Amino acid sequence: MTAAPERNGAYGPMRRKEDARFVRGRGTFVDDIQLPGMLHGAILRSPMAHARIVAVDTTAAEAHPRVEAVITGQALTELGLAWMPTISRDAQSVLATDKVRFQGQEVAFVVAHDRYSARDALELIQVEYEALPVVADAQRALEAGAPVIRDDLPGKASNHIFDWEAGDKTATDAVFAAADVVVGQDMLYPRSHPAPLETCGIVADADPVSGRLTLWSTSQAPHAHRTVYALVVGLPEHKIRVVSPDIGGGFGNKAPIYPGYICAIVGSMKTGRPVKWVEDRSENLMSTAFARDYHMHGEIAATADGKVLGLRARVLADHGAFNATAQPTKFPAGFFHIFTGSYDLRAAHCEVTAVYTNKAPGGVAYSCSFRITEAVYLVERMMDILARELGMDPAELRMKNLLRPEQFPYTCPTGWQYDSGDYPRALAMAMDIAGYDELRREQAAKRERGEYMGIGISFFTEGVGAGPRAHMDILGLGMADGASLRVHPTGTAVLGVSCQTQGQGHETTFAQIVAGELGISPDDVEVVHGDTDRTPFGLGTYGSRSTPVSGAATAMAARKVRERARIVASAMLEVSPDDLEWADGKWRVRGDPEKATGIAEIAMAAHSSLELPAGVEGHLDSEAVYNPPNLTFPFGAYICVTDVDPGTGQVTVRRFIAVDDCGVQINPMIVEGQVHRGLADGVGMALMQVIAFDADGNCLGGSFMDYLLPTSVECPSWELGETVTPSPHHPIGAKGIGESATVGSPPAIVNSVMDALAPFGVRHADMPLTPANVWSAIQGRRLRTDLAVT
Amino acid sequence: MQITITVNGSAFTGEVEPRLLLIHFLRDQLGLTGSHWGCDTSNCGACVVWLDETPVKSCTVLTAMTDGRRVLTVEGMERDGRLDPVQEGFARCHGLQCGFCTPGMMLTARWLLDHNPDPSPEEIREALSGQVCRCTGYENIVRSVRWAAQQQGGDGRGGHRLAPGEAQ
Repeated sequence: MTAAPERNGAYGPMRRKEDARFVRGRGTFVDDIQLPGMLHGAILRSPMAHARIVAVDTTAAEAHPRVEAVITGQALTELGLAWMPTISRDAQSVLATDKVRFQGQEVAFVVAHDRYSARDALELIQVEYEALPVVADAQRALEAGAPVIRDDLPGKASNHIFDWEAGDKTATDAVFAAADVVVGQDMLYPRSHPAPLETCGIVADADPVSGRLTLWSTSQAPHAHRTVYALVVGLPEHKIRVVSPDIGGGFGNKAPIYPGYICAIVGSMKTGRPVKWVEDRSENLMSTAFARDYHMHGEIAATADGKVLGLRARVLADHGAFNATAQPTKFPAGFFHIFTGSYDLRAAHCEVTAVYTNKAPGGVAYSCSFRITEAVYLVERMMDILARELGMDPAELRMKNLLRPEQFPYTCPTGWQYDSGDYPRALAMAMDIAGYDELRREQAAKRERGEYMGIGISFFTEGVGAGPRAHMDILGLGMADGASLRVHPTGTAVLGVSCQTQGQGHETTFAQIVAGELGISPDDVEVVHGDTDRTPFGLGTYGSRSTPVSGAATAMAARKVRERARIVASAMLEVSPDDLEWADGKWRVRGDPEKATGIAEIAMAAHSSLELPAGVEGHLDSEAVYNPPNLTFPFGAYICVTDVDPGTGQVTVRRFIAVDDCGVQINPMIVEGQVHRGLADGVGMALMQVIAFDADGNCLGGSFMDYLLPTSVECPSWELGETVTPSPHHPIGAKGIGESATVGSPPAIVNSVMDALAPFGVRHADMPLTPANVWSAIQGRRLRTDLAVT
Repeated sequence: MQITITVNGSAFTGEVEPRLLLIHFLRDQLGLTGSHWGCDTSNCGACVVWLDETPVKSCTVLTAMTDGRRVLTVEGMERDGRLDPVQEGFARCHGLQCGFCTPGMMLTARWLLDHNPDPSPEEIREALSGQVCRCTGYENIVRSVRWAAQQQGGDGRGGHRLAPGEAQ
């Protein structure tokens, strides 16, 4: 298969197929589903962060006239379902039996005739708790005498989860020992939450007659979920159908399986009726997959003239009460060890220690590319801190150290092989769009007047499209994805894919991929996804893997169709298949290109009485499974201009320039939209959002009144640029784009604010850079943003 | 309690619980699932509908308060098989991705164009600032509303604002 992409007529901006239903309000989200006889579930949650459960009395709730069932941890224990495995092979409580370990933990489940009655009945459940000391501060989780959160684990005497390292420690130490300049910095990537606008939910329908279990759920990975349900619930996998209908944003929040899903299944099995459970916003923010919570110390070593030599990182990772982070098995800290970023340096070493705390479980979500957000933040902050130490312009320092185009494919000091890139070109383009030199002059003039503007740069390398199955699996499932392509006699096609759109426009993009390979119109391709009965197996959509993996599987399936079509065409045109070549969307006779036939004619012939040559049985349908040989490595250069009011600490993002390279773009309109989204994420994370806790483990970010999302007035009008460096190993040269801007934008914003605050001697302040936080930094006081935002 | 309300031009008379939120009435009782429930706290705007002439967040309106009044939801924006220019703009300018916030955004945009036929990007941002979109970063929503304004020739009346006394 050719790696070099040719110009493809089907690619380009194209209106999305899915919008016809969405603009009419006719999408079908999980909470839109109504089944005959359907009941509604609600979860009783712990008000305490750490407490022993003394007694649970459900008598009054069960007596409620509209309640059908009340399920407790005790009842689940009898079914063997009180605990479930997490993606990190820990155990997570479905409904608490012994203790509660975070505020908002699931304690009991009520099934009632309507959602209001279910909520009413929760009020009737009496739980007696015995309070226990709380570990809300990750930095104290390993102290001697800290209360042990996971005393359910045999022999567990501390809150330690794992130690993990990558890179060459000896070589890194040697580089640091010989360096002219070494600077270090503590920094926190605070706990945030992806907060998709649609919360998580499920409709579970267990049919007692057929033994079938149908689950309509907010799942980014319906096939993987089906397998996990089979393992957890014990039903044979062929009896389970998982349907992800329209999904109102995911961003990683909808990758895990939550206790509410298991409870709804049990509720349906117990009542023999469908049970819907949809969490409310506070439940979503307080109990489902959060992101980050990385306490990092970075150190960077360089020569006096600004050649970066080495990088070190020590990380304390707060995983909450259960280790439920989602990443390939071999990489407990995700892909954090890509932390050398986009620079040509000699040695690097990182160490990650993970701990339990009395906080909600999760860790890998919010478009973080398996911890590459944290990695990029670390290196990009360190580059700026080094630039200031050296008295160098941060753009000049980056330009001096960026990998050069001729170094690709490039193996970084921790072992990743970057596939392709032209980094200096992207940075130069961003600086050109920004008018970088003019901005610096404006800044200097403003500082003279006591006005504080900042210019922040970040350059990121992403690694997306997990992944090579020899190295990457989740719960033992290799990270491959399938595609099936059916071509009808009239030449229209139905594509089935294992990935699941949450707004990314797969119905359009994947139709364009098929159209490009087969020379038909995207309008003639229907894309089916999110239904395990109708699509081939695959690991789903997260980590920007749809186009890198499912997109590749789609192209491979279409190429198989094309090869079958070639054999049929040879019979139609009465030439040898070897005498045919594919050009301009048709099989053409070499040397006589007017003698040609396209997929529609060939498909009809393949279904006709035409005598077919050996090698094709009739029909053109095909299936493919794509095992990625490597990740794809998109990259980008971002520049953020901020204005900071030193009197109030208010930060305004005045401009944001983003130059992205995701290889070949299938639908540039959709690519642009993906970038816009991630840039807004960056504004939220850098300036507004944190899931903080008080000393008692009370969650301080449990609603949108406390957990702030950027609106249209906090976001500037984004200024985008692009370069196209195809991936050499991807069938259509594409790379992922879904998380690039989320990864790349926070350090650009923080670097910009720190640049604005340089005259005050402020070198670093942690996200979110709220007015109070910035004002405190100006006063020389550094806030712990994760414990309480003041 | 018994109420009568007119939703998208059709009258409904029936019993509702006094505490029933308008969003749940529209979605669960009338089956109008285009309006969404996103936050409970009036922050996100996924539930925005018109109550008489004004966009409201229907997660914080009791159905009982709508007795004798008119409600417009996204399902009522299309008229005689023709999309409102705002709907058309969102589809043309990639003003949506997951589609969850979209109905509320479009209904507020419709109201804006009815009152300000030629809004600047800043005025559009201000009008939509009480609502949240997690997918678009807002840029294409602004473009979508601008497209609708231009399509209407700046008269702002390409939609179907319910005129006082309009036939139900």
